[in-house]
Amino acid sequence: MALDDTKRDFKVIGQRVVRPDGIDKVTGKAQYGADLILPGMLWGAVVRSPHAHAKILKIDASEALKLDGVEAVVTRADFVEQKGDNFADNLDNIMAGKKALYDGHAVAAVAATSQRLANKAAKLVKVEYEILPHVTEVDEAMKADAPVLHEGRKYTGAPAGSGPNVTHYQDYGHGDLDAGFAKADMVIERSFKSEGVHQGYIEPHACVANYNTDGRGETWVCTQGPFMIRDFTAAFNGFNISQVRVTPSEIGGGFGGKAHIFIEPVAAALSKKTGRPVKMAMTRSEVLRATGPTISGHIDVKIGMKKDGTITAGYLGMRAQGGAYPSGTVDMATQAAFAAYDLENVKSEGWNVVTNRPKEAAYRAPGAPLGVWGVESVLDELCQELNLDPMEVRIKNAAKKGTKSSYGPTFDDMGLLTALEAAKAHPHWNAPLDGPNKGRGLSCGFWFNFGGATSVSLQINSDGTASVTEGNPDIGGSRASISMMAAETLGLPFEKVRTIVADTNSIGFNQETNGSRVTFAVGLATIKAAEAAIKVMCGRAAKIWGIDEEAVDWVDGAAVPSGPNAGDFPPMTLAEIAKVAVQTGGPIAGHHEVTADGAGVSFGVHIADVEVDPETGKTTVLRYTAFQDAGKAIHPDYVEGQMQGGAVQGIGWALNEEYIYGADGRLQNDGFLDYRIPVASDLPMIDAVILEIPNPGHPYGVRGVGETGIVPPLAAIGNAVSRATGVRMTKLPMSPPTVLKAIS
Amino acid sequence: MSKLHVTTTINGDSREFLCEPEDTLLDALRNTLGLTGAKEGCATGDCGACSVTVNGRLVCSCLMLAAEAEGQEIDTIEGMADHDKLHPLQKHFLEGAALQCGICTPGFLVAAKALLDKNPDPTETEIRYHLAGNLCRCTGYDKIIRAVQNAAAEMRGA
Amino acid sequence: MRFEQPKTVNDAVSLLADADGLTRVLAGGTDVLVQLRLGMVEPDLVVDIKAIPGMRDITEENGGFTIGAAVSGAELGEHAKLVAAYPGVVEGMELVGSTQVQGRATLTGNLCNASPAADSVPAMIAADAIATIAGPDGPREVPVADIAIGPGKTSLKKGEIITSFHLPARPANASDAYLRFIPRTEMDIAVASAAVNLTLKEGKVVAAKIVLGAVAPTAVTVPAAADAIIGTALDDASLDAMAKACEAACNPITDKRGTIEFRTKTAGTLAKRAAKIAFARAGGKS
Repeated sequence: MALDDTKRDFKVIGQRVVRPDGIDKVTGKAQYGADLILPGMLWGAVVRSPHAHAKILKIDASEALKLDGVEAVVTRADFVEQKGDNFADNLDNIMAGKKALYDGHAVAAVAATSQRLANKAAKLVKVEYEILPHVTEVDEAMKADAPVLHEGRKYTGAPAGSGPNVTHYQDYGHGDLDAGFAKADMVIERSFKSEGVHQGYIEPHACVANYNTDGRGETWVCTQGPFMIRDFTAAFNGFNISQVRVTPSEIGGGFGGKAHIFIEPVAAALSKKTGRPVKMAMTRSEVLRATGPTISGHIDVKIGMKKDGTITAGYLGMRAQGGAYPSGTVDMATQAAFAAYDLENVKSEGWNVVTNRPKEAAYRAPGAPLGVWGVESVLDELCQELNLDPMEVRIKNAAKKGTKSSYGPTFDDMGLLTALEAAKAHPHWNAPLDGPNKGRGLSCGFWFNFGGATSVSLQINSDGTASVTEGNPDIGGSRASISMMAAETLGLPFEKVRTIVADTNSIGFNQETNGSRVTFAVGLATIKAAEAAIKVMCGRAAKIWGIDEEAVDWVDGAAVPSGPNAGDFPPMTLAEIAKVAVQTGGPIAGHHEVTADGAGVSFGVHIADVEVDPETGKTTVLRYTAFQDAGKAIHPDYVEGQMQGGAVQGIGWALNEEYIYGADGRLQNDGFLDYRIPVASDLPMIDAVILEIPNPGHPYGVRGVGETGIVPPLAAIGNAVSRATGVRMTKLPMSPPTVLKAIS
Repeated sequence: MSKLHVTTTINGDSREFLCEPEDTLLDALRNTLGLTGAKEGCATGDCGACSVTVNGRLVCSCLMLAAEAEGQEIDTIEGMADHDKLHPLQKHFLEGAALQCGICTPGFLVAAKALLDKNPDPTETEIRYHLAGNLCRCTGYDKIIRAVQNAAAEMRGA
Repeated sequence: MRFEQPKTVNDAVSLLADADGLTRVLAGGTDVLVQLRLGMVEPDLVVDIKAIPGMRDITEENGGFTIGAAVSGAELGEHAKLVAAYPGVVEGMELVGSTQVQGRATLTGNLCNASPAADSVPAMIAADAIATIAGPDGPREVPVADIAIGPGKTSLKKGEIITSFHLPARPANASDAYLRFIPRTEMDIAVASAAVNLTLKEGKVVAAKIVLGAVAPTAVTVPAAADAIIGTALDDASLDAMAKACEAACNPITDKRGTIEFRTKTAGTLAKRAAKIAFARAGGKS
């Protein structure tokens, strides 16, 4: 049996098929987290701390429970205390214990016969607080005398002598920085500051939990990680994992923010306590106050360059806050910062500190946009000062196959140079920029890409079709791409394959839908599962023909004798084999379980043209083009969609999105009115140029494409604004007041 | 508290329902009438995911009391296709990959239809401003705008 | 909460005048519903005025316009004669919220919500618009400028509702314009705004009214700014003087939407830009 494991000539892959979940989504039939209503269902509401930092002295729910229709109240006492930082911190985040650590921190929850009644009851739960001094700013939190979030807790990752809130330090790099800077003709140092931003998915977190007192039950939830939801729900409620069945609903956006646990174990606790199904759905204010945001902080960059554009040394240090619990995301910012360049001397280092803000959650290439923003901004300034072409300087220093990366590994095949050459040749880069107050910015971007634990099963049906069962919620069209890979491997048309995202009891373990892993890792497992089914089908053909199993090949959806010596039989199609499967040995299926490795790095290059109103500081994006290596674009429309969506999230981050905290430590902009994500009229079309440098780690060359797109825009826009105004931008967001102040 | 009785027309069918005075039209559609195509993304009129038309006028159903629907004609995403025949906007959203997660899609379709009903040949800028009250976080709007342009062209017979 | 949909103005006034507890008048509801949903207010009575005859009408009288209290922004924008006569008033209203919000939001609601940043108010004041108020003591007419008296506060008494607005007839060569500054292109609350209403004679400004929004607890009329351009054809020096006068009239706050410094400078910039638009609309040539 000869299977082409590095297939490059495709029939299904690369087509722009209509996604299988499409009609449900354009007709309003698709069922999301908040769309399920069960008989006898109750509605939940969470009591949240209005204080940034406070001791919880007493919780009195008696008034709430007196209301007709209020069925249960839960507090921390209703959950099983956890061992180990990950589980303990997550429990404390979803339901505060001794202290509330941020504005919006859950303190209790109620279940009642209607949402309005639950909200009313939540207001009647009396919580007695002792307000403590709070800290929301990074540098304040790092001080030795800062208000302490976790008294007495020792952080093994913190350097000796750190303040009591510093949780983590890590550095990366190689070479000799001092020697490198000494060789430079010019060295520029800049300090940058970013604010926190939110993933901003349009669907608030929502779930329905239906549990019994025996610890058996179900959760319906919009999540990137049904297995993660299962494991935390089981642990926090003292359930056995096998008894907790989590069914992922359609998911209304996540971007990393739904790869975390929030209300789901709480709904399960309320359901267990009442014996009835309980629906919980966050409000937008709850989403912004209590879920999601990114790390934020200060970034110091120092880069040395020769007159010919050679980078001689680069340094980046980031002091980050990741909210009220320890976070290691700063490492991804510092690792990604210089990844695009082949450097002799490079060092990056990062510190994390806890603050009275919500626990940081993953957001599309977590950390990377910040590190890359700092590096690409200083590179651009060096190009300006040394009068060098910013494209040529990037090409000159670009990392390539064989480069020892700034964070350690040596790169394999990768598409950065290809993307840069494509950008250099593109009409956008070569178009004149007419008129005053305009600028063009360029930035590279990088994301590691991940693989991870993955399970797929595939059945061959009696009518010659195939059903694929996987466990990763489809957040942007992955059921289409997985069906396409299965169809390609089996030799079936796309229409004869259907992929479903199964509940946690119907498929093996899967890591969350994150790290740009699904098309890569689930795709890989699907191809392997299909190959396993093909092996069975070849065996059946061999049995029918009475020849050796090894003498059968699989070609274009049919078993064929592998050569003249094998026998003279006409091809036996998948449908023919499937039809007699029960008689020839039983149902035919394939499955594959793997911790996928070899995800293949991802690079992109973005070009932005902007115009800045010198009287108001307002930036208008005039033109935008994104280039990215997809390895192999399974469904080009959805690859473009990832690039465009990522670019626009980055544009929002660059221009207007920010968490604004008042002096009282409360979030000031907890709605879409003042948390300003880009609207349609803010933007031009986003041109997406896909490049394909196959990933050696995937049978069809796939690289994840989901995250890289958000990495370059901060610097592409920042460099464009800096060139338009003649003033280097060092603060995010570049909102009109910030820009006007900088240029006045 | 006694409930209010409301008689209304939804997607061409006469419907009656009971609501509390505080209920929004969105509450009634989703929780009472089983029409969950309209979504709640913000409950403050900032995201447009709950878009419906009332007597042909585009509104956020989260910003209207259910009781105000008395005697009005409501159209929702569930009524956009003519039985098994998709509206050209629905068809072009599918063919042009104008949706990723899909949560904003019903609102965009209802809003885009309201535009094309009034203006069969909108410019890109007109489309973008008309749809500025519909937030999408996945697509960057590019493919949505193109899908509306393509649907408009098809509907004009161009 | 009680919901009522009276059929006459008198019934609406009686309901509101006789009610115990908190009341809210519902026209477009785009502010009231948000306040209800966020739990900011829990009214005992909501009175929907849309079923009252005339509330949704725009009528033309002697060159002026009477606009019913429940006319939506979208309906305003579809009235060609009103748009031609008062483009600034209409564009102010049309900047409130999205297309969806325009389907419901009203001038009345925008005024009675009494936000310092209300987009329709500066141009209404600049146009010398008059509100007709019904109440337990009978009807009265009040300049729009006197309705909002502070953030969230109006001069309306218990039981009073606005039933319509009147925009006076225009002389020849008169027009208006409204501009606001927001960080995005849509969907934001004004950080600063300016309405300019002017009349030209022989190519020069003979009458002007300039009103700023979002730079003080209520919209601010700036007579000194008007004086700076009266008698001119908007040369750069007079525009600069007008902008300076606007900046001097600002008394803003720093908050999540903008700083004192930014609001002040932007108000002047917007007034200049709006003046040029109004001037061109009035037939002026620069």
